[in-house]
Amino acid sequence: MENECFVPAEPTACIDERQFSIMTTGKNKSRIHCADDSLAGAVSQRACVYSGARVVLNPVTDAVHLVHGPIGCAAYTWDIRGSLSSGPEMFRQSFSTDLKERDVVFGGEKKLVACIDEVVEKYHPPAIFVYATCVVGLIGDDIVAVCKEASERHGIDVIPVESSGFISGNKIVGYRAAGEALLKLIRPEEGETVEKTRKLNFLGEYNLGGEKWLVERYLAEMGVEINVAFTGDSTVAALKKAPGACLNLVQCSGSMHWVAMSLEKEYGIPYIDVNFFGAENTAESLRKIARFYGDEEIVRRTEALIEREMERVRPVIAKYRAKLAGKRAAIYVGGAFKALAIIRQLQELGMEVMFTGTQTGKPEDYEQIGNIVSEGTVVIDDANPAEIEKFLLEKNVDMMAGGVKERFLAHKLGVGFVDHNHDRKDGLAGFDGAIRFASEVYATTCSPVWERVKKNPFEEAEG
Amino acid sequence: MTGCKVTSRVRQVNENQCHMCMPLGGVIALRGVEHSVALVHGSQGCSTYMRLANVEHFNEPIDIASSSLNEKQAIFGGEANLRIALDNVIRVYRPKVIGILTSCLAETMGDDVERFVETYRTDREIGEIEIISVSTPSYGGTHTEGFWATTRAVIAHYARPAERHGGINVIVPNISPADIREIKRLLDLMGLEYTLLPDYSLTLDRPFGGRYQKIAPGGTPTAAIARMSGARATIQFGLTCPDTLSPGLFLEERFGVPLINLPLPIGLDGTDLFVGTLKDLSGQPVPDSLMLERGWLCDAMADTHKINAAARPVIYGEPELVYALAKLCLENGSVPAVIAGGTRNSGLAALLQPLLKDALEEPIVLEEADFVTIEDAAVRTSANLAVGHSGGKYLTERQGIPGLRVGYPIHDRVGGQRILSVGYAGTLALLDRFTNTLLEAKYSSYRRQRKEELLNEKGVSDAKA
Ligand code: SF4
Ligand code: SF4
Repeated sequence: MENECFVPAEPTACIDERQFSIMTTGKNKSRIHCADDSLAGAVSQRACVYSGARVVLNPVTDAVHLVHGPIGCAAYTWDIRGSLSSGPEMFRQSFSTDLKERDVVFGGEKKLVACIDEVVEKYHPPAIFVYATCVVGLIGDDIVAVCKEASERHGIDVIPVESSGFISGNKIVGYRAAGEALLKLIRPEEGETVEKTRKLNFLGEYNLGGEKWLVERYLAEMGVEINVAFTGDSTVAALKKAPGACLNLVQCSGSMHWVAMSLEKEYGIPYIDVNFFGAENTAESLRKIARFYGDEEIVRRTEALIEREMERVRPVIAKYRAKLAGKRAAIYVGGAFKALAIIRQLQELGMEVMFTGTQTGKPEDYEQIGNIVSEGTVVIDDANPAEIEKFLLEKNVDMMAGGVKERFLAHKLGVGFVDHNHDRKDGLAGFDGAIRFASEVYATTCSPVWERVKKNPFEEAEG
Repeated sequence: MTGCKVTSRVRQVNENQCHMCMPLGGVIALRGVEHSVALVHGSQGCSTYMRLANVEHFNEPIDIASSSLNEKQAIFGGEANLRIALDNVIRVYRPKVIGILTSCLAETMGDDVERFVETYRTDREIGEIEIISVSTPSYGGTHTEGFWATTRAVIAHYARPAERHGGINVIVPNISPADIREIKRLLDLMGLEYTLLPDYSLTLDRPFGGRYQKIAPGGTPTAAIARMSGARATIQFGLTCPDTLSPGLFLEERFGVPLINLPLPIGLDGTDLFVGTLKDLSGQPVPDSLMLERGWLCDAMADTHKINAAARPVIYGEPELVYALAKLCLENGSVPAVIAGGTRNSGLAALLQPLLKDALEEPIVLEEADFVTIEDAAVRTSANLAVGHSGGKYLTERQGIPGLRVGYPIHDRVGGQRILSVGYAGTLALLDRFTNTLLEAKYSSYRRQRKEELLNEKGVSDAKA
């Protein structure tokens, strides 16, 4: 076919301005550039401030999430996460103020007020999060004032989320906006206090595929109770009890460190970092928690749990490891926390990490990544598809872990793919998650499909 | 019956959206232009979301560039960023065509994109590269309108008075790549010379093939687009396309190319209309092979008519498809319970009136609908089949109405890009899915249901009531 023969004069994969966003470990010691705004025209994989805020807050199950802006910003984020709820399903409704031309010209505040009133009348939610989008930021709607008035009028929390997308292309700014909204929500009224308990809060846990419930089971076995998770399977009432916890676990460094620090300052709650991706990480994290409580019985139970689970996991991992050892992997995910966890798990499976990167990593994160991967690994910040393609081919990668945007890029090249995104439906946390992850990695890396689709049986042998 | 009641959304808030935003449709249409790249002028998030939506539907890697506006440019204008974006897109992709679609932000800023492009052209040596800008503010239209507006802008960009030739133009709405291929096959079978726009049948549904090409092969060649103004006629599947956005109307008014506006060739009537038009235009008889296909469809309709008559579907999505699907149902004896479009200005309700005048039941027709309204109507009318895109997932998940996926976007099933529903063969494939979904629901529940109806305390008296 004529079309097939068109090969563009070898387009440049990497734009010059981006050369400092890519480095090879061992070769240069200079720091990687990151967290810059995305370069115009470079087809970044990043989303926006609003989306960052939305993914953090969305799992609050009984709140109304009202997106103030034109229709698309809401439509694209409807039911985006595989977060599960044990009760209310309100968070899975997608509310948009659906701004029209006249609103953009004359201001959207009136419509926002009307929408809030409608929603309250219909559902009587305990709280409404009102998200600002780019257009709203530009036309200067005062959503803070509108929310304040609405709160007073209806006697519920109407909380502005200042997530105008164009403030920065970086989701981290959105995480921060979400964090501020959460702190506002849980702050006790003047004169009121929340009773202190021995329970803990679990920050950065979104109950994807029921992951929070799984960890909750482990903790229950140890004799520790979760107060509330930020924000997986949480309710407004439960979140308001957050100040009563004695400890905060922080799971996703990108989105929740700042919140943990603020909670420590405001309510004196200490925090520890945990990581439930991978069996080793899970065991370590459980031990850390047990140590914090310093109760011998808890420590004993924890060790018993770990021993039993490890006993179960080890042979399974070994089985997959035999098949996967020496295979070449690539990782491109949203945050450094996830990247580190995946690198470690793949290494446990005997795989070599050839290239890795994130959308939102900070310099410290990249240093940490640099420390655990072997020399020659390419590390890249805010990669574009052209770059991902280039390194997948150059490094002869067998399997990539990433988000949905990368999936079909990998598949077209005949490279296996594991989804590690917000919208996955199956849990990857804990001991069970480690087993599922290993089986997924095996299923895609060693799929019988690849050798078949890559060859053409009708091609005459050369010469 | 006096036809149908039309309800438009009265509430301010839009709850569970039935449509997407305007530049998204433009992105799809641009994929149908050979060697083109779409650049969304706005903040980064919009274009990332559009990529995501398309990746999930087409199961293809899809690049959409962004001018990545930030706060500073939002106040001082986006020209500088747009220029950098153009530079980079040209450097990385070496396209022949760049389509600039504006996001709401750029529109609100009031950026004069046309002028920016003019200046860019004069002081950059970009040779043959064409830049087409389309205004696509989502607060003014949906992805459906974005698709039409972009297709029209592409034609307008290339159209010059051209010499008359014997070929025809075929303009398609947002349908699947598989549907486009089927329409092309019918055109070939009828021996017509044609230019189909936008032809993304290959660009958005690529066979597996080693190296990923940054610009997918395929698309309507720009030289062919330039010749559209000299065609003998235009067939456009755009009964619901507003005049101001109609590509076919543009060609008729400016260049005197007669416009034949047809419904999508879904269903027996719809396909007959299309094939009949091709027969008239080509002067050739309908080949036996095609009559065979027609015969198989008729046979299926005869065999399944009673099952299908029991369907009371809720049909929702883009108006052009919704109209064709409603026709398909009605010609098979099934009266839709709810017919809903996500856009306004499509004239859907008026088009439906004559079809519905003899219907035994009165369907609810909704325009500019959101899913909360659609769900509510579907429950009130006891709809028993949900026909449309993935947005209707709660109809199944929450209301237990079996779903049949067709349209755009589809992200909870595989193969959105290869759903076939046009022509005799495509209709047959769709109709079989339609009937089988009904049968599946029936077999999984009829024993229990009859038991519950008849073996209760009140016995058969309940059934009589
Ligand atoms: S701002 Fe407009 S173009 Fe961007 S996602 Fe929202 S609706 Fe779509
Ligand atoms: S307009 Fe802004 S908030 Fe909405 S999707 Fe685009 S970047 Fe995000």
